[in-house]
Amino acid sequence: MLHIYCPYCGENRDQDEFKAKGEAHISRPLDPMGCTDQQWGDYMFFRKNPRGVHHEMWYHVAGCRKFFNMTRDTVTYRIYETYKMGEQPSVTAESLAGGQS
Amino acid sequence: MSEVAKAQVVEESSAAVSKVAVLQQRAGAGVQAESPLHHVGLDHLALNVHQRGGVALREKKLLGHLVLRGNSANASLLKGIKKVLGVELPLAPLSCSAKGTTSIQWMGPDEWLILVEGGSEYGIELALREAIDGHISLVNVSGGQTVLELSGPDARKVLQKSTPYDVHPGSFPVGKCVSTVFAKTQVLLQRTGEDSYEMVVRRSFSDYMWLWLQDASAEYGLVIKA
Repeated sequence: MLHIYCPYCGENRDQDEFKAKGEAHISRPLDPMGCTDQQWGDYMFFRKNPRGVHHEMWYHVAGCRKFFNMTRDTVTYRIYETYKMGEQPSVTAESLAGGQS
Repeated sequence: MSEVAKAQVVEESSAAVSKVAVLQQRAGAGVQAESPLHHVGLDHLALNVHQRGGVALREKKLLGHLVLRGNSANASLLKGIKKVLGVELPLAPLSCSAKGTTSIQWMGPDEWLILVEGGSEYGIELALREAIDGHISLVNVSGGQTVLELSGPDARKVLQKSTPYDVHPGSFPVGKCVSTVFAKTQVLLQRTGEDSYEMVVRRSFSDYMWLWLQDASAEYGLVIKA
C-alpha cells in the first residue's frame, strides 16, 4: 500500500484515493496532420517501461480530483517526489546516477 | 489580435455567462419533496424514546447545494462570493468558511461546494451569476446529494472503521474538510465540532451509507435524530 503526497491537497493520503494514469510529460504533436504514421503511433500507443526511475501521472480521484505527476521507482516502489501539472521533476534517473558516483 | 477583436471576445465571454438558462429545480409548495433517505423514515425512527447509544445520525435534508468552479486569481469571483454569501471563498486546501446556514467547502484548487438553506439556492445562483464576471461554472446539484451528520462520543470510531483517512484530532481538527473514500463510496467529510462530523453523500449512495452506518455503529448503539 502506497502513502501518496497530493501536491494540491498538501498532505499524504492512502493509495485507495488515487488512480495511476500512465507516463507523464507526453505532449501531443502540435501538427497532427503533419505527422507520419510512426510519429503518431509513437505518441498514441508507445510508452517507456523503465526498470527504475519513472515519471508518471496520478489522479486524486477520491480527493481533489486533480491530476499530478510522480517520480517513482518501478523496482522498489519508492516515491521520490510528487509535483503539480506543468512543473518539471527535480529528481530524474540522471540526477540520481550523478549523485551516486 | 486587434483591440476591436479583443473587445469582441470579452463581450462574447461575459454575454455567455448571462445567457445560461438557470432552472428553478425546487417544486412548489403543493408538492412533497423527498430527501434521498425519505424511504427510511428517519423522522419516524427518531420518535422512539428508548434509543440509546454512542453515535447519533441525522440527515440535514433538502439543503441547497451549488458546485462552483472558477479561477481564484479572478478578483471578481472573490468579491462576488463575499458580496452575495457574506463569507470569504476558502482558498487554503481542505478548509471551509461558514456563517449562519451558509457554508463553502474547498474541494479542489478551483472547485468549491456551497451549502445554503433549502429553497434559497435558486435566488443565490442568480445573484452569483450577476455578481461574478469572467469564466466560471456554477451548477445546482441540490437534488443529487444529501448531508448526513454523525455525532456522539463514538462517532470517530465509526469513521475509523469506514475510511482510510486519518481522522485523529491531530490530523483532522475542527473545521477541516476532506474528500475521501468512505466504505465503498466517496464522501466530503467535515469535522464540525469536537464530536460531530458532516458527510456530503451522493443521492444514489445514500441508502448504502444508511445500511453501512447502521452496521458500523451497531456495537456502540445508533441513535436517530430528527
